[in-house]
Amino acid sequence: MKDFEFQTATTIDEAVSLLSARGDRAKVLTGGTDLIVQLREGQREADLVVDVKKIAELMEMKYSAAAGLKLGAAVPCYRIYGDAEVSSAYPALADSARIIGGWQIQSRASVGGNLCNSSPAADSIPSLIVHAVTCQLAGPHGRRNVPVADFCTGPGKNVLGRGEILAVLEFRAPAPKSSSAYLRFIPRNEMDIAVVGAASWVQLNKAGDTIEAARVALAAVAPTPLFAADLSEWLAGKPATAETFAAAAEQARQAARPISDKRGTHDYRRHLAGVLTQRTLAIAVDRANGKQPAIH
Amino acid sequence: MSSSPSKRKKYKVIGTRPIRHDGADKVTGRAIYGADVRLNGAVFGRILRSPHAHAKIKSIDTSAAEKLPGVMAVTTSADFPNLKDKIANLGEGSVNLAHLSANVLAHGKALYKGHAVAAVAATSTHVADEALKLIKVDYEPLPAVTDVLEAMRDDAPLLHDDVRTNSMGKKSDKPSNIATHIHFETGKVDEAFAKADVVIEREFKTASVHQGYIEPHVATALWNQDGHLTIWTSTQGSFTARQQTAELLQIPVSQVTVVPCEIGGGFGGKIAVYLEPVAAMLSRKCGRPVKMVMNRDEVFEGTGPTPGSAMRVKLGATKEGKLLAGEAWLAYDAGAFPGGMIGPGCMCVFSCYEIPNARVDGYDVLDNKPKTQAYRAPGATQAAFACECAIDELAEKLGIDPLEFRLKNAVKEGSRRVDGPTYPRIGFVETLQAAKASDHWQTPLEGPHRGRGIASGYWFNIGLKSSATANVNADGTVSLIEGSTDIGGTRASIAMQLAETLGITAEAVHPRVADTDHVGYTDVTGGSRVTFATGLAAHKAGLDIQRQMAERAAILWDCDVAKVECADGTYRANGKSMTFGELAAKLPHTGGPVVGRATVSPEGSTNGFGTHIVDVEVDPDTAKVTILRYTAIQDVGTAIHPSYVEGQMQGGAVQGIGWALNEEYFFDGKGHMQNASYLDYRMPTALDVPMIDTIIVEVPNPDHPFGVRGVGETPIVAPPAAIANAIYRATGVRMQELPMSPPKLWAAMARKQ
Amino acid sequence: MAKKTHVAATVNGQPVEFLCEARQSLLEVLRDVLQLTGAKEGCNNGNCGACTVLLDGLPVDSCLVLGVEAEGAQITTIEGVANDAQLHPIQQCFLEDAALQCGICTPGFIMTAKALLDRNPNPSEHEIRFQLSGNLCRCTGYDKIVRAVQDSALRMASSAATTSKAASANGGPAAVAAARSK
Repeated sequence: MKDFEFQTATTIDEAVSLLSARGDRAKVLTGGTDLIVQLREGQREADLVVDVKKIAELMEMKYSAAAGLKLGAAVPCYRIYGDAEVSSAYPALADSARIIGGWQIQSRASVGGNLCNSSPAADSIPSLIVHAVTCQLAGPHGRRNVPVADFCTGPGKNVLGRGEILAVLEFRAPAPKSSSAYLRFIPRNEMDIAVVGAASWVQLNKAGDTIEAARVALAAVAPTPLFAADLSEWLAGKPATAETFAAAAEQARQAARPISDKRGTHDYRRHLAGVLTQRTLAIAVDRANGKQPAIH
Repeated sequence: MSSSPSKRKKYKVIGTRPIRHDGADKVTGRAIYGADVRLNGAVFGRILRSPHAHAKIKSIDTSAAEKLPGVMAVTTSADFPNLKDKIANLGEGSVNLAHLSANVLAHGKALYKGHAVAAVAATSTHVADEALKLIKVDYEPLPAVTDVLEAMRDDAPLLHDDVRTNSMGKKSDKPSNIATHIHFETGKVDEAFAKADVVIEREFKTASVHQGYIEPHVATALWNQDGHLTIWTSTQGSFTARQQTAELLQIPVSQVTVVPCEIGGGFGGKIAVYLEPVAAMLSRKCGRPVKMVMNRDEVFEGTGPTPGSAMRVKLGATKEGKLLAGEAWLAYDAGAFPGGMIGPGCMCVFSCYEIPNARVDGYDVLDNKPKTQAYRAPGATQAAFACECAIDELAEKLGIDPLEFRLKNAVKEGSRRVDGPTYPRIGFVETLQAAKASDHWQTPLEGPHRGRGIASGYWFNIGLKSSATANVNADGTVSLIEGSTDIGGTRASIAMQLAETLGITAEAVHPRVADTDHVGYTDVTGGSRVTFATGLAAHKAGLDIQRQMAERAAILWDCDVAKVECADGTYRANGKSMTFGELAAKLPHTGGPVVGRATVSPEGSTNGFGTHIVDVEVDPDTAKVTILRYTAIQDVGTAIHPSYVEGQMQGGAVQGIGWALNEEYFFDGKGHMQNASYLDYRMPTALDVPMIDTIIVEVPNPDHPFGVRGVGETPIVAPPAAIANAIYRATGVRMQELPMSPPKLWAAMARKQ
Repeated sequence: MAKKTHVAATVNGQPVEFLCEARQSLLEVLRDVLQLTGAKEGCNNGNCGACTVLLDGLPVDSCLVLGVEAEGAQITTIEGVANDAQLHPIQQCFLEDAALQCGICTPGFIMTAKALLDRNPNPSEHEIRFQLSGNLCRCTGYDKIVRAVQDSALRMASSAATTSKAASANGGPAAVAAARSK
């Protein structure tokens, strides 16, 4: 590996100024589980690596039922699924955090880092999308907010500009009778990259038999994680039944535009997009109705 | 649940489960594996590898790399002796030295992506890596082929201009990618098929898979200024590593010492040398010790997978269920150089059954993959996948239970294997009977999308050469020096045989694996031979000690040595007795130290048979296969240390599960492996398998004093076929291609609907 | 020569200081600088777990941590697991249960198992398999490893003199042992 300079930033301003000075030649280090591999294998190069884990705001996880969740971009996965309140308020997020790599990875990898790595197959991004998360970015010109569905712009690419870092992921307060789920398909039971991933969020009526609002997002079926906008809109007002989920599956298949590669064929991925949409909708509805379906 | 042999009264040590002698070192991180070797003044070597699957190397310019600060030496094949075709015996197989040399560093042509082209030694691996980028290689890319059937076509890209098909001793007149054609036949095959009531014929394919050992290849070499070369390495055979290295460098074997370190798995893939000669050459050039460790992607792209294959099997039987005729056509890829695993594949394909009329054709096929290497029962698993799936389908067609069908046709003592040999006392039928009686087979499998499969497998197990020396200590213990590198507890299984022989405890034997200067010649740890053959050497060294100890007792008691009897470690004569320990303490006064020694070279096969039962569930939506329950049954002759016997059966079964379900070299159109990492080369994790039940069957091998047959390889042979047969019962789909990965099984299930 | 940074950390309870390049991983530092070669390199990209150490009590792949990140950290390696003259119960159970063959993955498995049992003294078989899934073993087929962790849990529970009743819930080793003995 080519050598680089290493700096630890303790404030956002310090990080931004270090990064601004070096532009593309500087990289942000959170858990390092993608970055270190990429630097080692030559997929990315850096003259400067800036560790942001000593910035308090990036390591904070603040949740209240009224205000929602402010998730620091560098908070490692294990803290997310280890927090009962956060896991119950944002089940899809916890589902994702629990299966990103093995335990050793989860001790370090952050959801913010997973987002900034901007892989189309990222396990956490569909969950962030269905929870309509707002990304708070800090840069040389101050802060700005970007809806997470607009964050990724291509494989490994995103909206972060020169000197800009992801600071906080803001989750809305959980609505009553709402819940979510994330599932991915992998050939093994752990340690694989998603062949396809799907997250569903639903809000039900009081009776729990009708979907009032829904959001569905897919991973590994397009150059970026995909918000299935038409499908999400279609689901609003539909009965929360197996028939609805099956029809949604068909729409998810139509929305997917996957490639064939070592992890799966085009046809198979399309098929899986439907299966996982159907399954995550069913789980999310069950959870919204207070049931605890077994998923792993 | 594990069932193991009841403790035999016959033995005191054999059949017990002592803690392995090297255990404490291995659970505390203290054991020295190849990468843990640390020599003063060492520098670090790295290898430049071909980015092309097939290319002429027009020139290599290393001048810029040599100038980088910190670079100590650079080497290419130009520094190595130019070797003519010469065959060297490696123990479990042989190798053409010119080919081995060209595999270690490419000679004029890169034959696979990842083929070593040049090497650098520098003050750190990071500097060495930077130097590799400064080496300019002018390649002329050539078309590549990685599929065995495509490689056999007349218009396929040719790997070697000088390889002509050797067909039973005759060479073809044109160069070809088909290096060898094997053929053997017994009885009247065509007539027998005509008489058969039921005939089935099926085609099969299997992908290349890797041995997957967790420890990457590693070597440290010091070519001293006096001309002596010492190599510290992780190898299955220190003597074969010594021989290969000496031959490639054209120096006498006595000028090379190989120090075998602890080895982090091999499974057949750490017999051929890769880094050793290169590290040696770099050391000679810079005068310092040179340490080289491969990265994981180099292990996948630069070292031996086991062959991918294309196969056709045809079987004919009477309506009563007796096999009449068999025909097998097997093409295995050899990778970049001739000498794949087709020979054993051909011999194993029908090895479980009495088939009076049979014909086998086998082809060793060159293609643009790393040179294939042995992998646990090399060649047998592919062949068994084809044969055992066909057997299952034939049984179904005949309306006979697949286990009963196997019992009707199983080989036994006196049966003739299709390629010629007649079996001595073997235990295949006993494994089938144990399977039939097992709780697993007797418990019905219930639930939708579930199925149970069964398959059997065979591996020869070999003898070969081993040496052992044992020194009696004054405290009544014995230090045992042996040459078999210990990959899975063989220090214990060998020491236990010496302990049994001498009537002392397993703990009273201190086994050490010595380097090539400190122990007699010993062949590789492979062929399931170590507990059998090195155990035999230890036993004979024990008899040598026993004879000498009796002499010493005779001196002490002033009697004729013929009067001294020895049983259970106690020496008796004329009403007097002494334990082994008491006698050991008196050795200084009876003539000095006692050293036992033995060398052995048993010939032939000990014949290991296994039968595996598996229950699967197939997700009807995703086609993902879950292994619900697994039982491995095997005749091991005698289980010396039953825990490690079970461990071999469990480990082999899980490797077979990986081969069956997900493992494969995934190539793009240019012949580049796309999944050269543990992330995408999907070996089973702990979460992918259930407990693996074992049933140890013991039909003692008449040719070993304790009845040992060997155990390690047989357990990988049956699993892919057993799983395919289970998937059929769960889904109605007969999978004829490995791996039976979700996308492939899903497509097959969709086609069926 | 690349510039080196001074780092102070605690390794196996002892304060240590070392110099390392920014590009050197914690694994390289442990093995090459501190000469603690118990953590093994199997893949160098976080997929095999052979290099697992505990960083501030959590299992991490030390190949995916930079040495410079260790400033101020508490690190436990396999060399720090045994207590003076005595093996840790997990090490003892790995030996008694023959849970290793070649042994290269063993230090990593023991570190993850320790992290698991430190947090969850009575894990179910599924929990053990799930938490160990970041550690690859090619030799054993995992059966004996899982059993060794189950047996370790029992041994640690009895040596900690905790009430056995508390440990018999949810299908953990204590419940399995109770079932076996019936």
